[in-house]
Amino acid sequence: MIAGSKPRIAILDYGAANLVSITHGLVAVGADVVVAAEPAAMAGADALVVPGVGAAASAMAHLRERGLVEPLRDWVRAGRPCLGICLGFQILFDASDEGAAETLGLLPGRTVGLRDAPTLPHIGWNAVQAARPHPLFDGIADGSYFYFVHSFAPAPADDGIVVSRTNHGRPFVSAAARGSLYGVQFHPEKSSEAGLRLLSNFLRLVDANVQTNVSAPVGARAADPAAEVA
Amino acid sequence: MLARRVIPCLDVDKGRVVKGTRFVNLTDEGDPAELAERYAREGADEIVFLDITAAHEGRATMLDVVRRTAGRAFVPLTVGGGVRSVDEMRDVLRAGADKVSFNTAAVAAPELLTACAGRFGSQAVVCAIDARRLPRTEGAAQTWEVVTHGGRRATDLDAVSWALRAVELGAGELLVTSMDRDGTQSGFDTELLAAIASRVRVPVIASGGASGPADFVAAVCDGKADAVLAASIFHRRMYSIASVKAAMAAAGLPVRPVAEAVA
Repeated sequence: MIAGSKPRIAILDYGAANLVSITHGLVAVGADVVVAAEPAAMAGADALVVPGVGAAASAMAHLRERGLVEPLRDWVRAGRPCLGICLGFQILFDASDEGAAETLGLLPGRTVGLRDAPTLPHIGWNAVQAARPHPLFDGIADGSYFYFVHSFAPAPADDGIVVSRTNHGRPFVSAAARGSLYGVQFHPEKSSEAGLRLLSNFLRLVDANVQTNVSAPVGARAADPAAEVA
Repeated sequence: MLARRVIPCLDVDKGRVVKGTRFVNLTDEGDPAELAERYAREGADEIVFLDITAAHEGRATMLDVVRRTAGRAFVPLTVGGGVRSVDEMRDVLRAGADKVSFNTAAVAAPELLTACAGRFGSQAVVCAIDARRLPRTEGAAQTWEVVTHGGRRATDLDAVSWALRAVELGAGELLVTSMDRDGTQSGFDTELLAAIASRVRVPVIASGGASGPADFVAAVCDGKADAVLAASIFHRRMYSIASVKAAMAAAGLPVRPVAEAVA
């Protein structure tokens, strides 16, 4: 990314999500958006957004079909910025109870069904309570409402990555982050001002990452993913 | 805790917002995308477009409206009216809508709900039910009949039974309109709402008859509705979304505050 230019965000298109709204949301906060349906299209992007609706097992199948699993893993392991949204958040974890799917294994833990939920799916606006301060939520008041549509949520094995929780019958993890990898269970692109602010914060984090990693070649693959410390 | 939603509904005819008394005396009220954006800014939790364009050629115009709205109003968008197939629903979702509402088309072909839910998920399928009170027989419970074609045509369907069936078929949400109250500003039919909401697990949206903030409170407290929809009281600027939400909050209902606490 050239200083002063718009951050270039690649939205991963694996046929399991409607990309219209997230594209509009990112454009509204000043991103240049490309849709990446194949690994080559990720090159040149400053950050990756992994959207997704539907079931984890079919999402993984679609990712595999398009040869996107390893490029996505490499991207994250190289420490490059990535934001997972809804199902795109859930598949960052090791596995999902939804269809007993093995998922990307980039964050520790598994995705489980919401328990004790008064209604399922959990659809609508709900309050997001901070577990710790995080730049993704800069300028967003604790307890702000975001829009959710889901029946499952990740249960991280490491409490340290939890950024926020939301209560629907009992609390579940609504946002998590480790390094430059971020994930939210809600839909920022449908969450009005609070959601746009979160997307704008993400762009700022991307920008900061780009500034500190100017020497990293674009499209670089991690030399040895196995050497990555989980 | 999930917030109770406040939803302004916009009637759209040939790409323009119109208002009138249920399909007659329509007057042009402006651009749907612009009005949707304004409502979203004013705190609407969701926007509903009801396409009342009679001619089938109006479809392309509506898709354009949805496309323009999706780029400006960053809240969930539901589109109702005129969608009769999985492919038509796909087009509306691809244009940027989150949900599609089926009314007459679902009564005519109930399997449409199943087909669309199977393809896009129940969360995207809303069944709109227009109901009219039937004369109460001595000693029997109140019943309601489903009407279609904007209330012009009666069916033999019992509204509560149809609601249960629609959920079984795949509807993820029910938009329940009282045709006795619609356009009358005499309050929601809370008896109808409660009769349905107490028997289904999916969210029920109350519609038809809002005259002021107290009616929104009653729709949730007495009618057990999860969301409340209104058209004219917002369009005519009689009440703001903020004033409705303030009344709901004062009644102890969880609502998303309008003055979004963003620095």
